[in-house]
Amino acid sequence: MPLVAPPPLPSEDKRWKIVNGTMRKNGFARHALIEALHTVQSSFGYLDDESIRFVALSLRVPLSQAYGVATFYHYFTLKPPGKHTLTICAGTACYIKGADKLIGAAEKHLCVKQGQTTPDGQVSLMVARCVGACSRAPVILCDGEVAGEVTESQVREQLERWKAE
Amino acid sequence: MTIEELEQIAKNVKQANEKFDYEINVCMDLACASQGADKLKDALEKAAAAGAKKVLVRRTGCMGPCSHGPLVRVDGPDDPQERLYRKVNASHAEAIVKSLGGAPVPDLQCNLDEHFDKQVRVVLENAGYIDPEKIDDYIARDGYKALLTVLTEMTPNGVVHRITESGLRGRGGGGYPTGLKWGTVAKAAGDVKYVVCNGDEGDPGAFMDRSVMEGDPHRVIEGMAIAAYAVGATKGFIYVRAEYPVAVSRLTTALREARRHGLLGNNISNTPFNFDVEIRLGAGAFVCGEETALIASIEGRRGTPKPRPPYPAASGLWGKPTLINNVETYANIAPIVRNGGKWFYNMGSERSKGTKVFALTGKIANTGLVEVPMGIKLREIIDVIGGGVPDGHTFKAVQTGGPSGGCIPAEMLDVGVSYDALLKMGSIMGSGGMIVMDDTSCMVNVARFFIEFCMTESCGKCIPCRAGTAQMFTLLTRICDGTGTMDDLALLEDLCSTVKEASLCGLGQTAPNPVLSTLRYFRNEYIDHIVNKRCSAGVCNMHAAHSEIRSEVLA
Repeated sequence: MPLVAPPPLPSEDKRWKIVNGTMRKNGFARHALIEALHTVQSSFGYLDDESIRFVALSLRVPLSQAYGVATFYHYFTLKPPGKHTLTICAGTACYIKGADKLIGAAEKHLCVKQGQTTPDGQVSLMVARCVGACSRAPVILCDGEVAGEVTESQVREQLERWKAE
Repeated sequence: MTIEELEQIAKNVKQANEKFDYEINVCMDLACASQGADKLKDALEKAAAAGAKKVLVRRTGCMGPCSHGPLVRVDGPDDPQERLYRKVNASHAEAIVKSLGGAPVPDLQCNLDEHFDKQVRVVLENAGYIDPEKIDDYIARDGYKALLTVLTEMTPNGVVHRITESGLRGRGGGGYPTGLKWGTVAKAAGDVKYVVCNGDEGDPGAFMDRSVMEGDPHRVIEGMAIAAYAVGATKGFIYVRAEYPVAVSRLTTALREARRHGLLGNNISNTPFNFDVEIRLGAGAFVCGEETALIASIEGRRGTPKPRPPYPAASGLWGKPTLINNVETYANIAPIVRNGGKWFYNMGSERSKGTKVFALTGKIANTGLVEVPMGIKLREIIDVIGGGVPDGHTFKAVQTGGPSGGCIPAEMLDVGVSYDALLKMGSIMGSGGMIVMDDTSCMVNVARFFIEFCMTESCGKCIPCRAGTAQMFTLLTRICDGTGTMDDLALLEDLCSTVKEASLCGLGQTAPNPVLSTLRYFRNEYIDHIVNKRCSAGVCNMHAAHSEIRSEVLA
């Protein structure tokens, strides 16, 4: 157990208990930082100042180190995601089979750049390095669901479906 | 758990399976699952329950030829060979069940004899035959036999000797002799040692390790346990990419099952050997495939590499001697222990032994996972196993080794695959991505793609890599948009050697490889872009060719 008592949970929100659970499981060891941030992101969808601060204090890690880790790894996001997320894989196999055209089509359709969310908070457009479904390139993920051999018009259709909701 | 108990489990599984007349195996790896393999399995189960024959419907890991998925394999007494069906969906379930006992369903038959005949399956021997979430399935195929044999009959030194004798080299890309590495860690002083499995498959276009972790997770755990016994470690970590949630959940299940069976934990098989494994999630950083960066990441820090020596074998995780091997390396261990080092040594080429799994993707007919003996000609992999380039296009290059590798042109295809031969051609073995490109791919653009990748993934610790890749990217952008000059090309070549020589870790040292190899074999394409402002593949649009504005280079 830690020598210093861990800070109180930031709010009544039950998700903090899940985050705290991950840290407790690791004995509040400093090396659990990445694990804890993963739990924050899977529970809250993104990392904000409050959550990074809470994790850093609980694990007795300097704030600079926690923020450094949160910004170093691409998987962590500091911005809240949209209601839906379209992720386009830009691994080599997908690139060879025209993933850049899919990205272009999605950017044009949504009027945002990759990594951004539409102003109405409906759709986030993300680009992945490789999701490992290379044999079905080009691949997109619609809210985490893998679809392979995708065309530009299929991307537009999916975005239209989300818009119509 | 003793060997007798293990054999009893295997016997029970075999007896239970013999009660069924037929086994229908459904591939539920990512590629097939994304095309409705789960619905297909439900439909097959329903149809089988309604039919007269006793049928076992089983979910399995990747069967290999993903471009033909969803795949279904029927094993039964009807014909001597198994029946493989391609492009199956839920509506075919009844027809497949009805066909049992008669002729195969004609429209679905998959004739890939040539594709399979050239392959030798060691790492993938269970892929497509076991349910990855059932430890008993693995045990029934000789699983954990090697571990218990090692614990009860062999000394740690004997294990290291057997691995050395096999000639196995690291499958993560570098090709360092595995036995030598194990021997170094075994000899290192210290009571606490760690065993780490590198499952951070960051190389875009490669998915072998994902398939192994998802399709046969116990094989990796068994390999790690044997390694731990050999080097004297009691704790292991599997570092997996967070982008592979299925692999994480399969490994979690596998670890729980192994503990429940007493194959992990304290006093395994009533010996003094203790060993357990924890999973650590990566968070999307290519550089964490480098061993010192991976260690930093497991310790909960930014994944930046450290200068070596000291090597992790002497001072690794928390300063303790640490053995780091790739997923595929560990997956080779159990068969080597079972069949002997000589058996493995007799496969492959002179200095590269055994087999290698490749993820064959890009512009090729049969995309998917293939496992071939080392020394096989690239041409055989591409034309025979891969089925050649489709849609009437012509082959241009095959890219191996991901962002650290190079592009190999058509005239080099008769070279046998080995660590040394690939290095000589300006590429590397890498973890096993093999991306085929045809005449619609521009090699300058491909080089730019990889440099952009390395630029984004550079951790920023050393200047040659951080600044060098950024400047190389700008120079390549100029050439691709038609504003490049011959001076730019000379500067690019100069930068390549600086980045290669002066970078701290493997990421920077190999980052120029895609540029150097395309310059070596496809220099005319670069010249065409610069002098004629022309991209023969029609990929680069040369929009800025006649404008005065050029991307700024600071070098």
